[in-house]
Amino acid sequence: MTGDAPLNKPLSPFPANSLRTGPDARGRFGQFGGRFVAETLMPLVLEVEAAYEAAKADPSFQAELDVYLKDYVGRPSPLWLAQRLTDRLGGAKVYFKRDELNHTGAHKINSCMGQILLAKRMGKTRIIAETGAGQHGVATATVCALFGLPCTVYMGATDVARQAPNVFRMKLLGAEVKPVTSGAATLKDAMNEALRDWVANVSDTFYIIGTVAGPHPYPAMVRDFQSVIGNEAKAQLHAVEGRLPDIAVACIGGGSNAMGLFHPFLDDPSVRLIGVEAAGHGLDSGQHAASLSRGRPGVLHGNRTYLLQDDDGQITEAHSISAGLDYPGIGPEHSWLHDIKRVEYVSATDTEALNAFQLCCRTEGIIPALEPAHAIAHVAKIAPTMAKDAIILMNLCGRGDKDIFTVAEALGVTL
Amino acid sequence: MSRIAARFAQLKAEGRGALIPFLEAWDPDAATSMALLRGMPGAGADLIEIGCPFTDPMADGPTVQLAAKRGLAAGATMAHTLAMVREFRRENDTIPIILMGYLNPILSYGVERFCKDAGICGVDGLIVVDLPSEEADLLVPHATAHAIDVIRLVAPTTDAKRLPLVLDGSSGFVYYVSITGVTGTRTASADELAAAIPLVRKATKLPIAIGFGVRSPAQAAAAVQAADAAVVASALLDTLAGSLDEYGRAGPDTVRLVLDQVRELAEAVRAARLTA
Repeated sequence: MTGDAPLNKPLSPFPANSLRTGPDARGRFGQFGGRFVAETLMPLVLEVEAAYEAAKADPSFQAELDVYLKDYVGRPSPLWLAQRLTDRLGGAKVYFKRDELNHTGAHKINSCMGQILLAKRMGKTRIIAETGAGQHGVATATVCALFGLPCTVYMGATDVARQAPNVFRMKLLGAEVKPVTSGAATLKDAMNEALRDWVANVSDTFYIIGTVAGPHPYPAMVRDFQSVIGNEAKAQLHAVEGRLPDIAVACIGGGSNAMGLFHPFLDDPSVRLIGVEAAGHGLDSGQHAASLSRGRPGVLHGNRTYLLQDDDGQITEAHSISAGLDYPGIGPEHSWLHDIKRVEYVSATDTEALNAFQLCCRTEGIIPALEPAHAIAHVAKIAPTMAKDAIILMNLCGRGDKDIFTVAEALGVTL
Repeated sequence: MSRIAARFAQLKAEGRGALIPFLEAWDPDAATSMALLRGMPGAGADLIEIGCPFTDPMADGPTVQLAAKRGLAAGATMAHTLAMVREFRRENDTIPIILMGYLNPILSYGVERFCKDAGICGVDGLIVVDLPSEEADLLVPHATAHAIDVIRLVAPTTDAKRLPLVLDGSSGFVYYVSITGVTGTRTASADELAAAIPLVRKATKLPIAIGFGVRSPAQAAAAVQAADAAVVASALLDTLAGSLDEYGRAGPDTVRLVLDQVRELAEAVRAARLTA
């Protein structure tokens, strides 16, 4: 069709009812998100937002990022038909998006690369980060080594103890790892401490947040950088199958790998999107990390979102065998997608994840991280119920080398 | 006239600045923190700030973090904090009480119900650390409806262009965060204050309190010479923490030691303008 666009039709590339246009100008996805930080940080958060908007509009920024993603990170990551797993489950075809093959072994580096290029553009000379399992800390330490910037990583003392290999990796890469002993000494406390560092070092420091949480623009910015996962997978699946998946599945702690997988599919209503939270010892055990299934909306770490909290609004401790899912909150866009029911959120227990971990090792020759083992556990539940020509796309967002000690302990094996 | 406005008007007439000591609710237990609250007016407090314990106090340094942890361990809730104020009001209806805390416990209580109950209990002002002006519309209408001031934080990172936005809708007084950093870590120099406070003064008619890093009587005196009030928190909490026994219980001298320190600070604040 040629000629003028009808006046009642938007000129935007997305239809008016697109689910991909958020957040709004206040950084909100529905009632979630926002910028709940102390006044000292507010000007910095606004500075990051302005710098990111400018970078997005500058084709040279994306071009530079693309070069690093291709030649340093190793993108695109492959799409793998997990045939033996598919045969074993006896139902839908299962495809893995192999983000565990990225440099550093997880999806975290997709966003770290974007954020450090932004930090350099802003003239920042020092990087801080928080980490749970250590994957985001390792990815941040890696890009800091690559660009020659000093790096301080905050990590809960509990996680320092259970993720010793990643702590040593970060140190080898030249990062300073600061154990955090406040609170339960896990990921949420590490994030508190990183925010305190940022408040005290406002002029030279850029905070590389590891997930789609924090004050606006972080949830949107990290999602944008991680969307490379879904965009690639969509094109790759189209190339081999000529169609969209029936279901896309990803595990959820803060939710960055899931947001990166889901976002490019949000406007494809035929694709069911399923996020898998960590049910720990069980949803009714009080020891889990299922913010959507068992939490309620509140404000923590700069955004309004579903949180695990008690009746007085005190944040309660999360539990998961996977340190990367051990967070009492979730990215605000997930909270919105949960409330509007575009994404289904389910959960898998520690035991189910451990079983899925072993299943993946033996059927596919891939040692997955305990985080995506939760996604595999759900795939193992639903694939057998689906037709053989149905397609499940799952994000295998990290490799499990870091977890072998935890798994050995859980299986009663002494190394 | 609100208690806060009345108190600052009275101090202005006396030609002196205000001391605002801080205590954390239920730190280390309900009875001790109540005794501190009751004793502070007699020790020379002009206004009193009560911290509401929260599990994740992201703007606070180790001293206030530990105070919050002790309060929570003793069982403090927002309802308990409000009950402290209600009990205090039975014997004192003039000294302004400011609650300082984080947003989530207020959201959990229900913003509207919290403001109503706080008003009934005799709370005069709220400082909500993680509620910047961009998000303040969720609290201000309800607080205003119950005659509670929403006290805004201004930081060294707040530039002249941003100041009007930050101060829009603020009332009571303005809280100047004197350092870029968390509570109780370092102290702003007299030169830094002399450069910063006039800019804030130009943007508001409200009194200005200086907090974060005011520890000693001399620093409190310097704060009221540069501005209108000095908030002292970590130094008092350090004294309290130092008086606890090995199980974290209040010692026989806990209340006296903290109140003696308030008295020293008050004397310095009262002498500051007279010798200036």
